[in-house]
Amino acid sequence: MLKVLDPGILTTIQDAGRWGYQQSGVPVSGAMDLPALRAANQLVRNSPDDAALEIHSPIALETDTPHLIALTGADACFEINGRALPMQMSVFARAGATIEIAPKRAGWIYLAIHGGIDVPRVLGSKSTFLRGKFGGLEGRALVAGDHIRIGAPTLGDLVAAAGRGASIRSMRFSAISGDESPTTNIRVILGPHDDWFTPEAIVALTREEFIVSETADRMGYRLISPSPLRRGGRGEVELISCGVPLGAIQVPADGQPIVLMADHQTTGGYPIIATVIGEDIARVAQSVPGDRLMFRAVTLEGKTIIRE
Amino acid sequence: MIHPQPRLLPAGDAAILVEFADEISDAINDRVHALAHALRAQNRSEIRDLVPAYSSLFVCYDPHRASLADMRAIIQDTLNTPAINSPLAPRLVEIPTRYGGDHGPDLAFVARHNGVTEDDVIRLHTSAIYRVYFVGFTPGFAYLGSTPEQIAAPRMETPRTRVPAGSVGIAGRQTGIYPLESPGGWRIIGHTDLSLFDPTCDPPARLQPGDRVQFIKV
Repeated sequence: MLKVLDPGILTTIQDAGRWGYQQSGVPVSGAMDLPALRAANQLVRNSPDDAALEIHSPIALETDTPHLIALTGADACFEINGRALPMQMSVFARAGATIEIAPKRAGWIYLAIHGGIDVPRVLGSKSTFLRGKFGGLEGRALVAGDHIRIGAPTLGDLVAAAGRGASIRSMRFSAISGDESPTTNIRVILGPHDDWFTPEAIVALTREEFIVSETADRMGYRLISPSPLRRGGRGEVELISCGVPLGAIQVPADGQPIVLMADHQTTGGYPIIATVIGEDIARVAQSVPGDRLMFRAVTLEGKTIIRE
Repeated sequence: MIHPQPRLLPAGDAAILVEFADEISDAINDRVHALAHALRAQNRSEIRDLVPAYSSLFVCYDPHRASLADMRAIIQDTLNTPAINSPLAPRLVEIPTRYGGDHGPDLAFVARHNGVTEDDVIRLHTSAIYRVYFVGFTPGFAYLGSTPEQIAAPRMETPRTRVPAGSVGIAGRQTGIYPLESPGGWRIIGHTDLSLFDPTCDPPARLQPGDRVQFIKV
């Protein structure tokens, strides 16, 4: 069990997402940075798609029994009983330990616990969907005083040994996220509605730098475009609403694009100029307001750059 | 315009948008649901989600299990199967609705706006059988066919901050039911106690794409 001392803001339980219910209007949800969630789970010997805590602001937790834990994702200060610990590594927290996590820059951080988080699956997933008020812990973000139940450990001996002060060698994962270079390159596949836009807009998409705005949450990241992405000949008619993918770069009439993220609506009515490839979604997710993104158009077959 | 052949448009590296037309019609929507039904019946592990809409079907696939070429072939083969062209028998779902008063604070407005009586609005609203084109926007929200012209009404200039779940509303010629409490600008003419969305049920949405809906005055 983990007791929540300081819940932070919008700390939720997320797994690899809720598939198969989009035709009922249910978003997929799940971790914003899926590779980071999977790395955290592997570090604590969970199944990679298990549920973990998704953290976005400073939080504090207290253990009641020894737990094998790991922290991944965006760069954070990570302390147990005031002692600084590295991320991307499995560590033991003894019974009665205080775990403090504070993002250095923002972004999404994952705390996995060996045994996994024990909450009921709703429609096949433990992911919290806040707008729908279901999944995770009673469909809401953590609050102070919550008790998070942890699944039965399968590494009983190891946990017991750790409780006596022994240590184990940890495997280390290299950090996938937290790219702090001034501009992040993001690979996209043009379409499905690239023919709605002017040739100039397509060129601008792949040549200009886009700035991540303050309007960035689990639903989507609104970007600031140096020049509005204009619609071409078909621009006078409205698009007929259709299903939309994770990573879709939707362009409303103002020409300022929005990248759809984990909690995006299942259908949308804005044309999609291009779609971020699965491998690069986490890099978009871990960008923070003010960061700059550059889109590179690739083909599906080779994922090679087709336009510079 | 109806495309001579449905367009199979890649949407990123894990989805294909199958676009049948760029117009809304019942015949096109039938084809969307027929393809969704046929693909679902194949029970394929590479398909993760199917999202029907007015005139397109969005197919999410697992790129580790199938390539774009594989998926194109699966969809094309399914489209070429004769069974896909036979329409499905739709399910009719009745929505018991209390009109007017506290249940439908905008019933009087809709009547006045159209120069008809409140009873006329109820009669016209309950006389139509509406198609569920698709479900989207929020969990369980069904996009229904048009209301009769005589009860169309503009959205509110200032949306309400809180519309209770089960509210039955009109916006333009659209009618719909709020599945969850939310803000909203539709003209609320009634309320149903029927639960439209329950995440503990499977499927969680009461109304499924392709269903027919009739409002019943109670």
